[in-house]
Amino acid sequence: MKTFKLGGVHPKENKLSSNQKIKEIGLPKTATISLTQCLGASPEPVVVKGDKVKVGQLIAKGNAFISANIHTSVSGTVTKVDDAVDASGFRRKSIVIDVEGDEWLETIDRSTIINNNIVASKDEIIAKIKEAGIVGMGGATFPTHVKLMVPQGKKAQSLIINGVECEPYLTSDHRVMLERGEEMMIGVRILMKALEVESAYIGIENNKKDAIDYLSKLSEKSLGIHIVPLKVKYPQGGEKQLIKAAVNREVPSGKLPIEVGCVVQNVGTALAVYEAVQKNKPLIDRVVTVTGTSVKNPCNLLARIGTPISMLLEEAGGVPEDTKKVINGGPMMGKALNTLEVNVVKGMSGLVIMPESESKRPSTANCIRCAKCTFVCPMGLAPYQISLMTESGNAALAEDERVMDCMECGSCSYTCPSARPLLDNIRVAKNKVGLIIRSRAK
Amino acid sequence: MANLLTISGSPHVSTNQSINKIMWGVVIALVPTMLVSFWYFGLGAIILTLTSVIACVLFEFLIQKYLLKQESTVTDGSAVITGILLALNVPSNLPIWMMIVGALVAIGVAKMTYGGLGKNPFNPALIGRVFLLMSFPVNMTSWPTTLAQRAILPDVITGPTALGIIKEGVAKGETVQQLMHNVPSYTDMFIGNMGGSLGEVSAIAIILGGLFMLFRKIISWHIPASFILTVFVFTGMLFYIDNTKFVDPVFHLLTGGLMLGAIFMATDMVTSPMTKSGMLLFGFGCGLLTVLIRVWGAYPEGVSFAILIMNALVPLINKGFKPKKFGEVVNNG
Repeated sequence: MKTFKLGGVHPKENKLSSNQKIKEIGLPKTATISLTQCLGASPEPVVVKGDKVKVGQLIAKGNAFISANIHTSVSGTVTKVDDAVDASGFRRKSIVIDVEGDEWLETIDRSTIINNNIVASKDEIIAKIKEAGIVGMGGATFPTHVKLMVPQGKKAQSLIINGVECEPYLTSDHRVMLERGEEMMIGVRILMKALEVESAYIGIENNKKDAIDYLSKLSEKSLGIHIVPLKVKYPQGGEKQLIKAAVNREVPSGKLPIEVGCVVQNVGTALAVYEAVQKNKPLIDRVVTVTGTSVKNPCNLLARIGTPISMLLEEAGGVPEDTKKVINGGPMMGKALNTLEVNVVKGMSGLVIMPESESKRPSTANCIRCAKCTFVCPMGLAPYQISLMTESGNAALAEDERVMDCMECGSCSYTCPSARPLLDNIRVAKNKVGLIIRSRAK
Repeated sequence: MANLLTISGSPHVSTNQSINKIMWGVVIALVPTMLVSFWYFGLGAIILTLTSVIACVLFEFLIQKYLLKQESTVTDGSAVITGILLALNVPSNLPIWMMIVGALVAIGVAKMTYGGLGKNPFNPALIGRVFLLMSFPVNMTSWPTTLAQRAILPDVITGPTALGIIKEGVAKGETVQQLMHNVPSYTDMFIGNMGGSLGEVSAIAIILGGLFMLFRKIISWHIPASFILTVFVFTGMLFYIDNTKFVDPVFHLLTGGLMLGAIFMATDMVTSPMTKSGMLLFGFGCGLLTVLIRVWGAYPEGVSFAILIMNALVPLINKGFKPKKFGEVVNNG
């Protein structure tokens, strides 16, 4: 079975909610929609306090090259355009809407009939995806339309679809593949058309055999779409690792996947693309896994963007008494929330709840130079060395150690028997080196 | 519901590996070798091992508590390993007080002066052994015969090691073929029925421990394999050139501290390189130096010196042998 070669770890999978069907949760009383939901520039609000809005209506427009539109996920009245703490933990400009009914824009096709007739041209597809405000749903939230605009001189050869879901606990992509597989496959074909490629590879880890079987059956009907079962290994969902595993190409350091003729999109993104192009529906909802060892009902919920996460937590059986940590995303790369008063955003793939016993890091000891961190680093770095550079105040030296290749997968910290804060120190070094590189460019 | 949530950077989960698990795993791997030494060398071996372990743990505890004034880490098991390895590296009739001095040098000088576990450049047990060898050469090179040997030849209490017999004999002009009548059979060497340091005699017990550590992923195969293979190939070449002066490669593998050194000492995480390619070079260097010292050096045995010299080169090896980076060698066919 295929996988990437260099490094990698295998944390306990804990896919507690993999058998739970996606459940749509009700409308919130108020939706708070953060304007910082994509990588790049935040879009500018186009509504003001007092405006009446319908579901799917544009409320913030991305004007910069790397930016994505935001649409309202509810109908009602705009009550506030102001700062609020969002899932990133920072205060960010947000639009607050008081929900009144559930009135959708007439242009959106809300029927469940599957439309597999792709009539839009390449340019129309990209325009529609841009209009719909689609971003990478795996958590990176890079605007999808930008990824589809292949730079001059480069040629896309294959589309890679990321159904790996290598993070422990998370099952939202798994459920999307199982329950929305047919629509997602049409989304893949739309993306292939937009990129003008003949082949697409859907990488799925072997712990999702049902999804592999189901999509393999579906792919018999679509020429050029290949299902690639992958050995379970973290961080296989990393773009570069997935490309290596699926088509055995290695993206050079500091370069984008298009350098080796690949474009990677997540399965959730493919579904959103289907809805945008075939159904005219902008990105206003997503599947969020709510899970944890102490959670009563681990589940996969379809929630509108801007829904308070307290509603999701309630649906999963409430927040357990001994909860000490709530993670936005998976336990390897997700961010610990500092408050539960935040709302669903486009990049929220899951909420992992941890009791006190799991929430604390083990106490650190001296580095025993076991070299496990260098063995597991999927980018071939020497984490102990970069970490030492930071500790000794020489973070700038880390540039030569290729610290900017680090994608912060956390395999080094995960594997360290001395529980040293390797990734913390590497982040400091990345920050410092990033500043140096930017100042050099000026 | 808790009002305060814990905030920390990702990752939020970690492996169940810990220093304690690794170190106590090594101790378990050393059990067969210790049992063989108790079997062949009797009470003396048991007393020496206990003395060494207790002394090492006590010295580490006292130094951390009263000199460094830091939290004690003796329960991590690393001092126990040093104690066992040091005892396995001495003859069974070594006076107790010398054992204690050796433990003080191993823990006090070679480990704690550098800052404790993880900071020491040289293998502490080897420093302890080499210190004893240089300070008390007579005691450190009088090798008691095993209890099984004494049952046959009750008058022979001590004797030279097989390596010593060959080295001295060849120096006097005798041929290897003549000398081979005076050394134990290969079967005896393999199970450990020969004179020598406590822990170096039984190849089978050491290999058993090595396999356990490989299975538990405490060590990787790189250092032992390249170390042993280098010795085998190098001595094999010499044997091929002149088999009256040079002894065959199997003899070299089964005698002296080669197995113990290659599997338990050279693989010490703290004092070996951080990449697989570096480990291969490290093992090669250890093997090369071992043969050079055994064949042409002043001592009949060179494993300890070889490993210590290579320990000194580890920072250089780490500098030269970086991990293979992703996206460096691009082959996109």
